[in-house]
Amino acid sequence: MSVPPEPRADESFRNRPEPAPSDLTRRTLLGRAAAAGLLATPAAGLLSACVGGGGGDAEQDQATGTKSAENPLGVDPKAPLEIVIFNGGYGEKYATDIHEPLYKKKYPEAEIKHSATQEISTTLQPRFAGGNPPDFVNNSGTKFMDFGALIGDGQLQDLTELFDAPSVDDPNKKVRDTLVAGTVESGTYNGKPYVLNYVFTVYGLWYSDKLFSSRGWTPPTTWSEFTSLLDTIKKAGIIPYGYAGKNAPYYQYLVILTTAAKIGGPDVLKNIDNLVDGAWTADPVRQAAEMWAEIGAKYMDKSHEGLIHTEVQLQQNQDKVAIYPSGSWLENEQAKSTPPGFNYAVMPVPSATASDKVPAKGLYATAGEPYFVSAKGRNPRGAMEYMRLMLSQEGAKGFVNLNKSLTAVTGSAEGVELSPGLASASSALTAAGQDVFSYRFDSWYKELDTELRTATNALMFGRENADQFVARMQKKADAIANDSSITKFSR
Amino acid sequence: MRHGKYPFIVGFLAAPVTLYVVFVIGPYAQAFYMALTNWRGISANPQFIGLENFQRLWEDDVFWKAVRHHGILLLALPLITIAIALFFAFMLNVGGGSRHGVMTGVWGSKFYRIVFFFPQVLAIAILGVLFQMVYRPDASGMINGPLRQLGIEPIGFLINPNLALWSIIAVLVWQSVGFYVVLFSAGMASVPKDIYEAALMDGAGRARMFFRVTVPLLWDTLQVAWVYLGIAAFDAFAIVQTLTVDQGGPDGSTTVLGMEIYRNAFVYSKYGYASAMGVALFFLTITFAALALRVTRRETVEL
Repeated sequence: MSVPPEPRADESFRNRPEPAPSDLTRRTLLGRAAAAGLLATPAAGLLSACVGGGGGDAEQDQATGTKSAENPLGVDPKAPLEIVIFNGGYGEKYATDIHEPLYKKKYPEAEIKHSATQEISTTLQPRFAGGNPPDFVNNSGTKFMDFGALIGDGQLQDLTELFDAPSVDDPNKKVRDTLVAGTVESGTYNGKPYVLNYVFTVYGLWYSDKLFSSRGWTPPTTWSEFTSLLDTIKKAGIIPYGYAGKNAPYYQYLVILTTAAKIGGPDVLKNIDNLVDGAWTADPVRQAAEMWAEIGAKYMDKSHEGLIHTEVQLQQNQDKVAIYPSGSWLENEQAKSTPPGFNYAVMPVPSATASDKVPAKGLYATAGEPYFVSAKGRNPRGAMEYMRLMLSQEGAKGFVNLNKSLTAVTGSAEGVELSPGLASASSALTAAGQDVFSYRFDSWYKELDTELRTATNALMFGRENADQFVARMQKKADAIANDSSITKFSR
Repeated sequence: MRHGKYPFIVGFLAAPVTLYVVFVIGPYAQAFYMALTNWRGISANPQFIGLENFQRLWEDDVFWKAVRHHGILLLALPLITIAIALFFAFMLNVGGGSRHGVMTGVWGSKFYRIVFFFPQVLAIAILGVLFQMVYRPDASGMINGPLRQLGIEPIGFLINPNLALWSIIAVLVWQSVGFYVVLFSAGMASVPKDIYEAALMDGAGRARMFFRVTVPLLWDTLQVAWVYLGIAAFDAFAIVQTLTVDQGGPDGSTTVLGMEIYRNAFVYSKYGYASAMGVALFFLTITFAALALRVTRRETVEL
């Protein structure tokens, strides 16, 4: 808040020699000042301004057409379709140039209303509350709408019908069978698939292949190799390891939990997701926290806590930071500042102990970038058909080509020329085979995510130890488990 | 004239009062109602849950942390800002001594007055970006860069939990001082010159003049400043949001109620709970305003 305008401020520069007439007494001025403050302070009142004003639960007339082999979802070919895209790392071109023309080609009479925004929840929340939601939403970015809240209110279309429909390229194959394993599950909430996660992301430790090969460094597979490599890098005058504490501690907590999953198996993560009692205080999590805290103490630069992700990523591009935890979008995000020949590459998080339950090649990888169909929209069938077209080879390959990212559609990267980082991610994923795991709590329980970000910074920058870390996370998880207002999920 | 008075007044007030009720009072009333529901921002029919949100608020560590920070802000922000602004205003208006019988400021005071006002003109978001550069903890930081060159360990302005809140207070002070310099200058301009001349003739130095003449005669303006700054201390949201590590961190060491309301509403989608915080903030502010007006009710020097 800036300072409220002072009623007499216009006199200030004049510097009048004679006393100012004081028809406005000081006390009334004080009273007004207090009143002005009251108005200006809890603007929170405004945020609820739209509740209860909407059209309520009145059912919309929903468009339907006749089902046929060509039109398995029964789309009304004339019904308009409204698409909202999150204009973030993937832009909106893939929708306007690839997917929407696919729909338009199939249903020339349908009018497509396209819009893109960086603030999904600010833009769309009033429309959901008002009972007038768009048909198809790319609910992504930092301001995505809470899925639990949407599902709790019955706003999302059950996508079972879509996943059971025949795929575009092979009518004998269901859509669900054309997807990378785990994709449908990643969008399933309490047994029902509500969300399509389209982009397949591989997470791990990223480095410059050029830097590594020019110095003769090889990606480590065991923890002792890892620490001795970090020592070597430190001696070479490069910050061995870093992440951005200011806005991206979740990149770091992902690798901490990856280590925990490697030690104790993917069930460690499942227990955390399911808010199982003692999931955080379990030994694998504590051990992983301890190991990473040591990395933080020995091999990180304190200043990184105050930097944002792109600032640390830029330092890596300048060979000032050697290893950085991130996902496979990194190469695309840094495209403009990466020097030629930098050659991004990814290594899986090294094994923690000799008795790890998951082999060194195991990876954290998951389908991300969520899309949903509004159950209360005007054209949910059209929106599901749009998804089916997105999941065709043509739609997926177009996306891979344009955005240099892997999709959840099997084989969508085949025949497409991959950049070094993406090729590295793709081969790491192939090498991992079945040892691919992920967690869901970060999107299920945002409060747990916030707490973990804070705790991760405290752990990695040496303010708290592993025991404090797990105790604090367990406390938060218990609080969420006991909070009746939070919709619970399990897997 | 008498019987036409009320239609006349009503005619003037109808439009503004309606707008005020719809856009200010209405949302306020709604926030009070929302605080008693578990609305998550999407449903058109929120569920009434009584005082559950307030009970949860009572046990919420982060909420109390934020309240504590407001306490610190409430003490530090007005005190530091007023002290600095008063000193500057004095130097700009009276500090230069008497010239041809008129009190003047130090040399170049007209220029300084405009320079001091600059920060006030900047939008908070710009301040956030600006101070990110100033406080940056690595070699490209405006303060830490030179420090590093000198071989001094860089200062973690925003990453040291003991320092972070004070770094935020420093930005707020830097931003508001200019306005209060102008406010106090206006106040000083209304002090009759002959009082200063009399003091001067009696042999008062600058310090004595400041404490014995300027401050007592400016008491009313100081009160206004204190109330304003006190209210500003209940805000600080924008600067915390743009500047701090992990929005309110590290480890919640800079969080304020505005930040927590924002987080609960727009990140956790807990609009009901966020509204409960808003209601708490409303009562905190109103209590402060009432207290401030009561405590400062004392006789002032009438001219």
